[in-house]
Amino acid sequence: MVMQMNATQPFVDQFDDVQSRLPGAKLPWLEAFRKAGIEKFSTIGVPTIKTEAWKYTRLPNIDCKEFRSANWEDGQVAVKSVAEFLSDTLNQIRLVYVNGIIRPDLSNLTNLPDGISFEPLTQALENDPEFIESQLSTEELKYDQGFSALNAAMMESGTVFRVAKGVQVKEPIEIVCMNGGTDAPIIRHPHNVFVLEAGSQATLVMRHAGIATGAYFNNAVTEIVVGDGAILKHYTLQTDCMEAIHLSTVNVRVGKDATYETFNFAIGGRLSRTETRVRLEGRGAHCNLSGAYMMRGREHCDNITIVDHLVPDTTAREVFKGVLDDEARGVFQGKLIVHKDAQRTNGHQLSRALLLSDRAEMDAKPELEIYADDVKCSHGATTGQIDENALFYLRSRGVPEALARNLLIQSFIAEALEEISDEKVREAITSLVVDWLPAECFLADEWVQA
Amino acid sequence: MLEIKNLHATVSGKEILKGINLTVNAGEVHAIMGPNGSGKSTLSYVISGKDGYEVTEGQILYNGIDLTEMEPEIRAAEGVFLAFQYPVEIPGVPNVTFLKEAVNAVRRHRGEDELDAMQFVKMIKAKTEELGIAKDMLKRAVNVGFSGGEKKRNEILQMAVLNPKLAVLDETDSGLDIDALKIVSDGVNQLRSDERAILVITHYQRLLDHIVPDFVHVLAHGRIQRSGGKELAFELEEKGYAEYGVAAE
Repeated sequence: MVMQMNATQPFVDQFDDVQSRLPGAKLPWLEAFRKAGIEKFSTIGVPTIKTEAWKYTRLPNIDCKEFRSANWEDGQVAVKSVAEFLSDTLNQIRLVYVNGIIRPDLSNLTNLPDGISFEPLTQALENDPEFIESQLSTEELKYDQGFSALNAAMMESGTVFRVAKGVQVKEPIEIVCMNGGTDAPIIRHPHNVFVLEAGSQATLVMRHAGIATGAYFNNAVTEIVVGDGAILKHYTLQTDCMEAIHLSTVNVRVGKDATYETFNFAIGGRLSRTETRVRLEGRGAHCNLSGAYMMRGREHCDNITIVDHLVPDTTAREVFKGVLDDEARGVFQGKLIVHKDAQRTNGHQLSRALLLSDRAEMDAKPELEIYADDVKCSHGATTGQIDENALFYLRSRGVPEALARNLLIQSFIAEALEEISDEKVREAITSLVVDWLPAECFLADEWVQA
Repeated sequence: MLEIKNLHATVSGKEILKGINLTVNAGEVHAIMGPNGSGKSTLSYVISGKDGYEVTEGQILYNGIDLTEMEPEIRAAEGVFLAFQYPVEIPGVPNVTFLKEAVNAVRRHRGEDELDAMQFVKMIKAKTEELGIAKDMLKRAVNVGFSGGEKKRNEILQMAVLNPKLAVLDETDSGLDIDALKIVSDGVNQLRSDERAILVITHYQRLLDHIVPDFVHVLAHGRIQRSGGKELAFELEEKGYAEYGVAAE
């Protein structure tokens, strides 16, 4: 208990320090929201392994005083350009943040279609504070996670993305967050708000990357509303550096006949934790929460999903696959809750991990909580090693061992990538998988089509 | 081509092969027959280099070079091929990708240029037509959801594209009905040549009706007990393995 207090207090002190300089400091409702957030955080505190959702994930032994808030100068770290992620993309629409500060020189909004608003939170607080207020007021302080409450208090950056009723955009839109390269480690609390109005469609790619080696702390909250009949594809690439701490909480409400598809691809981070909570609120609502992670060294990746099936005829699908080498650790905790009236729910949940080292570790806890009687739900979790028979089979055909191992790893991950419905994004992530593989291996374009 | 001298091998510390002597020349087809547990499959794994099969004594000379210290992929590249009794399923890897990587790995080892996607597809299409293999088998993941017959045909296709000098067929007839057996045997017979040696490992004589051997050897208790011509197979079919100290099953 004493330790928990010690870990919590520096964050509270930091809030007291920076409170007056936070964006929207003159808005009374926001000030109240922040105060409620810090009070909640003080009560809950920094999670310990006694917190169920943090059972298998220990916050690295860090002194939070080491992390200071980001300032304008931190955003001016030299970054000349942003590497393209999607192939054949001209004029990619994107917002680029360096250490949480918007960088207009790297961003591009020239082709932003009508009916879409896409801007930094700081700007939205000036342009349309009523909208932000209306969105935040529906958020809790229902937060039962300490770090979400801390984000409510400290939010200083993030993106607001709105798609008007019926507007459908096929091309992916990017949010690029680059961190690090500062004189001292920084902590950030981005707060994103994505609202898709009825019948709209969009694809968002969020990229997180380290600028240089060294620690930084990212504590993000993303609030998403997918209106009736709308489709949001939300892909996250987490390529943070090995010392980074990346915490992300995503709260999603999905309306009638609407679809929320997310894929979280993580290949970096001392600690990378994503908690996705989805409420399927309208009949015919569907979500696909999937992901893949490839960790080495002492990296740690944690995926938590909680899906509430609240009404009849909703479906959820989850496929997570991970590759763990060296002393890396993976965690999957998935919960499907089928509420009393949610008849004809269809839920499927799968977690598979491939351990490449004896010291790697995987903890998986799939859970079903069912209160309706007419439902179809399945879940499974496996952890295994490279199939020695498959390895020998490949080698007996002349394929060198290193290549054979890579082929088996790649094919293992490929099964999860099939959950990505956007072809361009799937291809781009396949290349990242190939880049991660050790030594000589296949190139993605060498996969032959007969 | 293949000269096995006083070969002893253990699996998990237990001696399975207890002094095998066998010489196979290019152009010849040899059958090794024996009851269950006689060491037939062990012999095929030892020749192809599977982990866990330890050679404790003796040599396997292949064109004069000892195979026993070689990695399995080097043996394959040098022209040794094992058709598996139970071909392994590899989800997520398209058969055609697997074949291309195998062919190019072997070509690299032999100092030949790799085939690009176009050249490879052309070659593989010709081979599938020669062997009467349906094209959709190429697109599917390696052996996943294949019937017993399809798996064995896939083995023969791999053999055809890798063009080995020494092919070991381990219980190729197991799990096949008569029609599938005929198709697979026809495939093997197409690949018989003066430059290639084939070792057919089988429990039953029926495969040898289709792939007619030049020599037959009886393997029991980890040793070759008797060698002869193809007529030895008929004798075994009639009398069983009883005279080699093996009870009828």
